[in-house]
Amino acid sequence: MKLRILGLTLAAAIVGSASAQAQDPVEACFVYVGSKTDGGWTQAHDIGRQEADNLMGDAVTTKFVENIPEGADAERAIERFARSGCDIIFTTSFGFMDPTIKVAKKYPDVKFEHATGYKTADNVTSYNSRFYEGRYIIGQIAAKMSKTGVAGYIASFPIPEVVQGINAFLLGAQSVNPDFKLKVVWVNSWFDAGKEADAAKALIDQGVDILTQHTDSTAPMQVAAERGAHAFGQASDMIKAGPETQLSAIVDTWGAYYIKRIQAVIDGTWESQSSWDGLAEGILTMAPYTNMPDDVKAMAEETEAKIKSGELHPFTGPINKQDGTQWLAEGETADDGTLLGMNFYVEGVDDKLPQ
Amino acid sequence: MELAVAVIITIVTAATPLLIAATGELVVERSGVLNLGVEGMMVIGAVVAFAIAHGTGSPYMGIIGGIAAGVFLSLLFGFLTLTLATNQVATGLALTLLGLGLSGAIGEPYVGLPGTKLQPIEIPLLADIPFFGPVFFKQDIIVYVSFALVAGVAWFLFRTRSGLTLRSVGDSQTSAHTLGIPVIRIRYLAVMFGGACAGLAGAQLSLAYTPQWVENMTAGRGWIALALVVFASWRPLRVIAGAYLFGAVTIGQLHAQALGFGIPSQLLSSLPYLATIAVLVIISRDRRLTLVNTPASLGKPFVPDR
Repeated sequence: MKLRILGLTLAAAIVGSASAQAQDPVEACFVYVGSKTDGGWTQAHDIGRQEADNLMGDAVTTKFVENIPEGADAERAIERFARSGCDIIFTTSFGFMDPTIKVAKKYPDVKFEHATGYKTADNVTSYNSRFYEGRYIIGQIAAKMSKTGVAGYIASFPIPEVVQGINAFLLGAQSVNPDFKLKVVWVNSWFDAGKEADAAKALIDQGVDILTQHTDSTAPMQVAAERGAHAFGQASDMIKAGPETQLSAIVDTWGAYYIKRIQAVIDGTWESQSSWDGLAEGILTMAPYTNMPDDVKAMAEETEAKIKSGELHPFTGPINKQDGTQWLAEGETADDGTLLGMNFYVEGVDDKLPQ
Repeated sequence: MELAVAVIITIVTAATPLLIAATGELVVERSGVLNLGVEGMMVIGAVVAFAIAHGTGSPYMGIIGGIAAGVFLSLLFGFLTLTLATNQVATGLALTLLGLGLSGAIGEPYVGLPGTKLQPIEIPLLADIPFFGPVFFKQDIIVYVSFALVAGVAWFLFRTRSGLTLRSVGDSQTSAHTLGIPVIRIRYLAVMFGGACAGLAGAQLSLAYTPQWVENMTAGRGWIALALVVFASWRPLRVIAGAYLFGAVTIGQLHAQALGFGIPSQLLSSLPYLATIAVLVIISRDRRLTLVNTPASLGKPFVPDR
């Protein structure tokens, strides 16, 4: 790993010095938490990077490091990039937030962009995607497609983003079938194929016939395929793991955002901001609606269109919290602050939220 | 009843890689060598098994490839620690890092490809027994091998002359050497056996457990196997108990979550480890008995004086 970073830095140094005489392209650097071929989260970021690299031509060069653990190593990797002449650095995991802020203080001339966090600074932007919009749609599909009326949710860590997803999924499902049930299993990991598979088996053994996940491996999709259940892909289109199993997938499409932000650096118009885009802006897209009857597909497409046009907000009242107390009154929609800090379930989730 | 069968089948799948890798490491440690590289050999076994199964279309070729890869890596460890007498702890850790990095590089073209699943083999008649049939006699070949492996190792270590020789090497390398026993050669064989087992355990991960290749797919199972050896106080049959207890608690806690008992999931996730520690404490109550089983030369490099 260190060797790989070293190799990259070296290669970049050579490339950098060779092209310095030319027009000095903007250098965009990416720090990944996983492998760029993980089939999920990191792969989606890397596809975005490649898009920027290909479409922006000579104006941009890109670099990346992969498999950087959240913690002390992250700070080193980010700082190495900052020192090596990167103009803008994208750090693509929640746990990179504090290291990013720390390094950014030392390098005020470098622009930083941190994914899925909440802290910003003069040279640090935080960007995120409204994954919950997609979760609402797949919740509706699940309720239509499930024969047992119970879906299983393989969850990673009880952070607001994940809780948001669980709530949005159930609200979508309840909008079709008010009695729809959801079983949640926490695996306390973002990426452990074996554990995710075990969780998938446990859920299916307990009568679940639709799986959805907020973890990054394709193992649950594979188990669902084996057992004849249906499942939804996460972060990347996982249709290859289950050609007859995947109903749709919430696909992260960061490319457009990366191009926009790198262009801002080129134009000198980059400013710190908090960006939270969704389906409408194309930062997330739905994989083709497959393995379902036409009427279900039509419903999903209609919901997608309504969310894009702003006609439908997944968190629109009346919604009660899990304990039955009112959260949103009729017609009221949730504000972004509450969503970003979401630490409670809505009514109907069959699980106790780990605190 | 049906749920119980389903649960136990899942437990067998989860316990098998731990059982195999731990049994292999047990033999290595009984010969006085501590190889902390189980995780690395396992992950290399997983990627090579997947690649070969994918290339040839035969999961059985994959298994053989996985075993060979584990042996190859263990030979590297053997050369360093036995021939060059390097520090075993440091070399083992390096082996794990090497395995994880190398497997990522080898596996890059195989990420996301559909795997070749190892199909279960039904044993005639026995498979029809209610409950036990589906649980123990409708499994894939690696499960059967894991049972044979433990029985074979238990018999070898405590019922054969060669087993006694191997244990004597682990207990007192100098005495064994003085008696003319080829310490280094025996340790090489033990280390290779450990490598083969770790490779097989890895093959189980990428061919049976989750038939696919993803980077770092062992996710710490090699370390658990190492802990199980201590847990079993270097006795093969106790490894079965340890691996299955660990597997049972791992799967059981997922079911408990899905049933919605309302117990915090962090507590449930830590249960397998808590259970292991609890049993370990109970086992080590009698310090004298523990010492009898611990190979006295464990981890000490051996340089023959002549």
